[in-house]
Amino acid sequence: MVKKIYFQSIFFSFFFIKEAFAAESGGMPQLNPEFWVSQIFWLILTFGIMYLVLSKLILPKISNNLESRKSQILENIEAAEKQREDSDAKLKEYDEIISKSKLEANSIFNLAREKALKDIGAKREVLDKQIDNEIAEAEKEIDALRKNAPDKINIIAIETSSELLQKLIGAEVNNSSISAIVDDLSKRNGDKYYGN
Amino acid sequence: MAANPMSQFDVYRIGPEIKVGAFDISFTNASLFMILSTVSILLIFNLGSKKNSILPNKIQLLAELSYTFVSKMISDTAGSKAKPYFAFIFSLFMFVLFCNMFGMIPYTFTVTSHIIVTFVLAAFIFIGVTVIGFIKHGFGYLKLFVPSGVPAVLLPLIVVIEIISYLSRPISLSVRLFANMMAGHTMMKVFGGFVISLGIVGGWLPLSFSVALTGLEILVAFLQAYVFAILTCIYLNDALNLHH
Repeated sequence: MVKKIYFQSIFFSFFFIKEAFAAESGGMPQLNPEFWVSQIFWLILTFGIMYLVLSKLILPKISNNLESRKSQILENIEAAEKQREDSDAKLKEYDEIISKSKLEANSIFNLAREKALKDIGAKREVLDKQIDNEIAEAEKEIDALRKNAPDKINIIAIETSSELLQKLIGAEVNNSSISAIVDDLSKRNGDKYYGN
Repeated sequence: MAANPMSQFDVYRIGPEIKVGAFDISFTNASLFMILSTVSILLIFNLGSKKNSILPNKIQLLAELSYTFVSKMISDTAGSKAKPYFAFIFSLFMFVLFCNMFGMIPYTFTVTSHIIVTFVLAAFIFIGVTVIGFIKHGFGYLKLFVPSGVPAVLLPLIVVIEIISYLSRPISLSVRLFANMMAGHTMMKVFGGFVISLGIVGGWLPLSFSVALTGLEILVAFLQAYVFAILTCIYLNDALNLHH
């Protein structure tokens, strides 16, 4: 019910107001030529002054500001680009130095190794020669000893035999006859004793 | 009870009557708002161009954004040849915009809601564009009325239509702005009148309309200034780059 009254009042007031306006309005003030000349005069005056001030003083300044900012930004970008290029070049240089020094270190290491190997080889040769010499000498000695061994054994055998005979028989036995027998025995059994 | 919605457009004298010969050039409320608009434009753009800092402050940003906005509008529609006319179109756009926007403040006067003001602007643009066209192209400018690729039979008719459309440019340009401003302000006034007459019971509906209309009118105020400026650019484009 309240709603209905509300909308009805709105609806009817539209009619009322429209009639009120129609009664009051007396045409458009825009079409009244009383102040046309005044409006034209003041329009030309204000707009003209504004145009002159804007075009001669203010707009060139704004365009200047914009240009200078643009150029400054461009300059900054250029400088940044240059610095980046510089740093790139430096980085490359650094990399080159690093790789070069690595190569150098490698070659130094190789040289040192070769030298050490050579030294070791030379020393080994000398040592080998010494060892060979010593072995040869020792072998010679051994050979000499081996060669003299049967004679000495024979002498020992002769002496032992003569002493044995003296103790057993109690008489002096001629050494030369014993030695003849020992020689004969050693010649016959030499192979068995020495394995030659 | 409700004021006449047209009474907001009344022009009245402020101060004494000034007469030059037979012409009355008295200072009126229209003159007052013209001066207010131009002074605020000059103030804002002067402040916005005073300091040149790399990082602009708010008012400098405002000035520079308007500058680039208008300059882009001109170069998009009229090309690079229109550069000498930048200052004029910038002033025109700002003047119309500020007059429209001042009109949105309650109890103010809208300069652009008067046909005589918009017509003087439009007529000046029309005459200026025509003069520029004849200076640039001589009598070749008349080729504007002869579109290419039209059958010879239709040509007389087309030429007449083209001439009429060309001559009606100042009228359409001025009436568009004037009618938009007047209609919007009248409508707001009417709805405002409804709020009063319907009182506390029924006034809320027209009040909400009024609020919505205010937003719409601010949009229209900007849009009409933009349209006025861009049509000027288009006419200038016709005069500078004759292609038909």
